[in-house]
Formats: sequence, C-alpha cells, structure tokens
Amino acid sequence: MKQLFGRPNGLTDVLQRYCPGCGHGIVHRIIGDLLIKLNIRECTVGIAPVGCSVFADEYFNCDMIQPPHGRGPAVSTGIKRARPDCIVFSYQGDGDLAAIGTAEIVHAAARNENITIVFINNAIFGMTGGQLAPTTLPGMKSTTSVQGRDIKKQGYPIKVCELLAGLDGPYYLVRTAVNTPKNVINTEKALKNAFVNQIENKGFSMVEILSMCPTNWGMTPVQSKKWVDDTMMKYYPLGEYRNRAKEEK
Amino acid sequence: MSEKKLMYGNHAIVEGVIAAGCRFFAGYPITPQNEIPEFMSIRMNEIGGVFIQTESEIAAINMLFGAAAAGKRAMTSSSSPGISLMQEGISYIAGADIPVLVVNVIRGGPGLGNIAPAQSDYYQATKGGGHGDYFTITLAPNSAQELYEFPKLAFELAEKYRNPALILADGLLGQMMEPVEFTYKPIDPDTLSEPSYALSGCKGRDRRVVRSYDLKPGKLEEMNWQRLKKYQKIQETEQRFEATDCEDADLIIIAYGTCARVCDAAIRMARSDGHKVGLLRPITLWPFPNNVLAGMSKTVRNFLVVEMNMGQMIDDVKLATECRSKIHFHGRPGGGVPTPPEIYEKIQAILGGAR
Amino acid sequence: MPQVKILEEVCKGCGLCCDEVCPVDILILSPNRINSSGYHPAEVTDNGKCIGCGYCFKICPEPAIEVYK
Repeated sequence: MKQLFGRPNGLTDVLQRYCPGCGHGIVHRIIGDLLIKLNIRECTVGIAPVGCSVFADEYFNCDMIQPPHGRGPAVSTGIKRARPDCIVFSYQGDGDLAAIGTAEIVHAAARNENITIVFINNAIFGMTGGQLAPTTLPGMKSTTSVQGRDIKKQGYPIKVCELLAGLDGPYYLVRTAVNTPKNVINTEKALKNAFVNQIENKGFSMVEILSMCPTNWGMTPVQSKKWVDDTMMKYYPLGEYRNRAKEEK
Repeated sequence: MSEKKLMYGNHAIVEGVIAAGCRFFAGYPITPQNEIPEFMSIRMNEIGGVFIQTESEIAAINMLFGAAAAGKRAMTSSSSPGISLMQEGISYIAGADIPVLVVNVIRGGPGLGNIAPAQSDYYQATKGGGHGDYFTITLAPNSAQELYEFPKLAFELAEKYRNPALILADGLLGQMMEPVEFTYKPIDPDTLSEPSYALSGCKGRDRRVVRSYDLKPGKLEEMNWQRLKKYQKIQETEQRFEATDCEDADLIIIAYGTCARVCDAAIRMARSDGHKVGLLRPITLWPFPNNVLAGMSKTVRNFLVVEMNMGQMIDDVKLATECRSKIHFHGRPGGGVPTPPEIYEKIQAILGGAR
Repeated sequence: MPQVKILEEVCKGCGLCCDEVCPVDILILSPNRINSSGYHPAEVTDNGKCIGCGYCFKICPEPAIEVYK
C-alpha cells in the first residue's frame, strides 16, 4: 500500500514532549514536510526558541541552534549573512517573539532580512506555566492575571502582523491557524510561501499561527480548537497583512 | 621589512581582525570605540565582508552567535555598558562552546559613567561576566601594534579551545596613534577549514545541534566538568606576560594595557634614581599569569598593582603570590589615568625614599 | 481502498481528530484501550469508509496517524 500521509523525514523519530492537543506538533509536522518537499533539509538551519518549543532542536531533522530568549531573528541574521546559501528559519513563541524579542523581530523585519519566521501565537506563556503573554486577550485569565487581563493595568495585546505591516521592510506577513484541517491546509500554503520567498531571496517572511494551548488555557483540546475560532480569531483576524509577491504581479 | 603605517589603535584592531580572516562584524555605536565600526563598515564593504549595525548590543552578540555557529570567524566591539548587555549572549556562546571575538574598549563606570579610559571591567572579563560557570580568554594589548596582532591570536585561541575570547582595550589605547607594522600575511578566509560544529546544512553528514542546555539529569553537570578540563588546560598552557627589568628587582609593578605604559615610564624614572624596580605586564588576564608571579613571590618582597579601577586584578595577584609578599595598590577609578610621577611617588613610599 | 492507521503508542489521546474532523466520522477515542503512556488512543471504527482525505493526519500534533491507499 502507498502511504498518502505519514510522519515526514523532516522530523526526527524522537517523540515530542508537548501536551496533548498542543498546536506546536502540527506546525512542526508542516515544517518537517516542507523541508522534504522543497528539498531544503540538507541546507537548512533552524532556530529553536526558549519556551515549550526549546526542544524543537531535537525534533527537526536538520541543523539546529538554540539561542537566548527572543534572539532568534538576530541569530538567524548572523547565520544567513555568514552562509547565504543556507535556508534559515526561526521558530518562536509569543513570549519569545513579542515580549523579550520585540526589538529583534522589528529590526529583522525592517531590514527585510532574508529569513523565515514561524511565530506561534497561543496567547500565553506555556513552558513557564501559563503567565500573561503580550498576546493574552483582554479579560483572559493567566497565572499572573488571575482576574483576567485588565487593560487598565496590563495594557493591550500586541498584534504582531499588524505591527510589522506598519514597516516598509517585510516581504510577507500572514496570520493563519491550526485548529481545523482547513486552517492547517492554509498554514501549509503560508509556510510554503514563507520558505519559497527565502529560496528566491525575496526577504523577510513571517507566518503568525494561532495555536492551541489546552493545558494553560484550562480547556480540553476540543474546547481549545473551538476557542481559537470563537474568541482568538475575533481579536487576531486571519489573512495576509503583506504580500509583496502579489503586489509585484 | 613589512609595511608600517601610522594608525589609530581602534583602526589597528580593524586591520588585525580583517588580516585574521574575519569577515563578519556586528555592533552598535558607543564611545570610545566608534572608530572600530566606522572603519570596519568601510573595510568590510571594500573586501566583501559582512558589516551590520545592529539595533542593540544584545542583537550584535546574538548575530555573532549565529555567524560563529555557522563556522565563520565573527567579531563585535563595544564599550563597557554595551558589553554588560552582551553578557547573556556570551554566556550562551560559552555554554555552547563556540568561538567568537569580543573587543571591549573600556570606559569609566559604573552606569553610564564617562567616556574616559578605564580598566574597571576586569572582574567582568576575567570571572565569567554573565550567568553560569564559565571563563573567557582575555587578552590585554598595550599598543596599536598589539591591537593589530591580538585579533589573530584571539581567534586562534578561541578556536583551539572553542571558547569566546575578549580583547580588553581602553579609550586611550583606541584613540592614540602609533606606527603599526603589518607583521603577518593576511589570512584568506576561504582557506580556513569548516569546524566540526559548524551549522552549514546537513548534506552528507549527520545533523548538528548547537546549544547550551541539557535537561537530562546529571548531563549539564557533566558538561560543566568537561568544560573545567578545558579551562584547566588553558590555564596550564596559555599564560602570557611580558617581564621588564624583573631579574634584580626589589619591587615589581604589575600592570596591563594603558597602565603598563605609564608604569614603564615610572620604572625608568625609578631605575635612573637607582631603585631596582621591574614591571610584569600580564598579556592574558584570563588565564592570569599565576606561574610567573608565584615564582617571583618567592624572592620579591614587594609588589605594586597599578590599575585604572578601585582594585580588581589585585585579587588575582594576591592569589598567585599566596601571601608570601606584600601587595601594594595604586588605582584610579572612574576614568582617571595615573601619571608616571604619581606612580614613582608610590614606589618611593614603598622602598623608603631615594637611595 | 484508503485506510487510516493509528500509531497507538504515539497517540496522546487529545481527540482533535475525533471531533468534527473526519468527514465520514470513523474516529473515536478508544473507550477501553490504554497505551503505555496512559492515554486512550484514537481508534478507527470502520476503515472501509475511509476516503483518504488526510484531515485526521493534518490535525494530529504528533503525528500519530498514517493514511494509506
């Protein structure tokens, strides 16, 4: 029998330590698929962030580096400039990218650095146990906002695609989700674009992915995927925020 | 004879870095080292190297982490507050056993301090600097010539031991002009072989991972013990120093960098008045030249440590001499630079007046 | 005929594949099987109905699902 769908060789055989229903694994699988389908596994260097996906350096079947919290875009820049023939992707969570690493992501985007950013937005600090993230929704409970995010005290969430779309630099900015098969397919397309852009030396591409964190949301995986639809997407609308490839046509 | 050129110390570093085959610089402006990125931007452009003016020193050190992990010689320069910002990155780089070169043109501190020359980052440079157990190889040049020569030495040591290397200069060394002799043939970076850890894409080999963490029980401890062996080897084999007039000395001054130049003038004043004074100039601050000092302390009763700080290297001198000798100190913190007469005065006070 | 295969030992029993994902509704969390990690893995109720769309695979975080034809 022919295998239609199965674990791609772009992933190692290591069993992933994410919680049941976590969206990281879905995005990992998509990237693992693309490393093979785009024939880039052997020239790719991936960046694993600090956070739940720190273990990504064990999961992606390519060269990997694990830098300080938030500095993925800077490390990516160093690798890409030192080895322009390598494909470089930085995998980052919302604490990593939108809190401690805000300066690095903004400036990498402004430079239109020819790298691919995979940004997992699950509105919470996962690994440290569910604290308020820069993306935590107004009213949403976290372990450091137990009454819910109070915009008077903790301010508003950061909408990263919209923020970066204010810059002239970035080539491709898109927000997708992985809570339904249809959204997963759209994420596959977006990530493919983000890697192809780099292969074609187009510049900075970021895919922001709304993803489930059932453990820290205090929900079942099934409740989580519905919450992404019903609540998260209202605050973080899906879609392309920049696509220079289309503008150029 | 090789070519000689009158140069700023900060420009000499740039030529030294390029001659060492480095084609990657990332840095952020800060006085008194701005001549380095300015001149570097011109030179890298000429030779097709990478120059990035970063959004912060944090970004700079992490770009270095990336470039060096990719197997390329990479350097940054900054001054004290900027080096403080880099410490997290240096700790990660040390923990991942990756060689990089960081130049610190020290200024007066703490805080914003001032832009005058200082040596107040000695502890930071020689005791690790950031979090965790680690050391960085630290070189202390005292002339434009050494600023040209030490980048090559620093890269070689960094790569030999897979460890970050620092060059400690100060505003005075960086901004003075001296003749520099281009003593060695520039290295073509293409002739440097790819290191065993280099991230370059896993074609034809197993994939590589560069990281500083390990959560398996006991594994991180094991990694740290391994690194200690490396540090011990560096301490055994890489102590560098210059000893001037030490053979018959009743008093030996210990000073590095700018201070060593000032002290050199002071010992000449003292010698002309009949005082037997020598100068020991540590060239590696880590590893500190313990062995030579331990030997000297068996016969020399008085040592005078001169630093442009409140007294930091003096701790290492006391440890090396194991309390066998009397250790005196003359320091000028906050951007103060000692003069030969004030050091000579101190010499006279120690030795009990002119003979 | 397409067939879906659950890698029981890899499955974490999250149930994402069992809820409004399968167009022919042939996936459930096993009520009685438990894998060595202590999870109730997903289970195929009627492989004869599988259309090979791969939706279950796409939503699976592990991935603990393979689809054959």
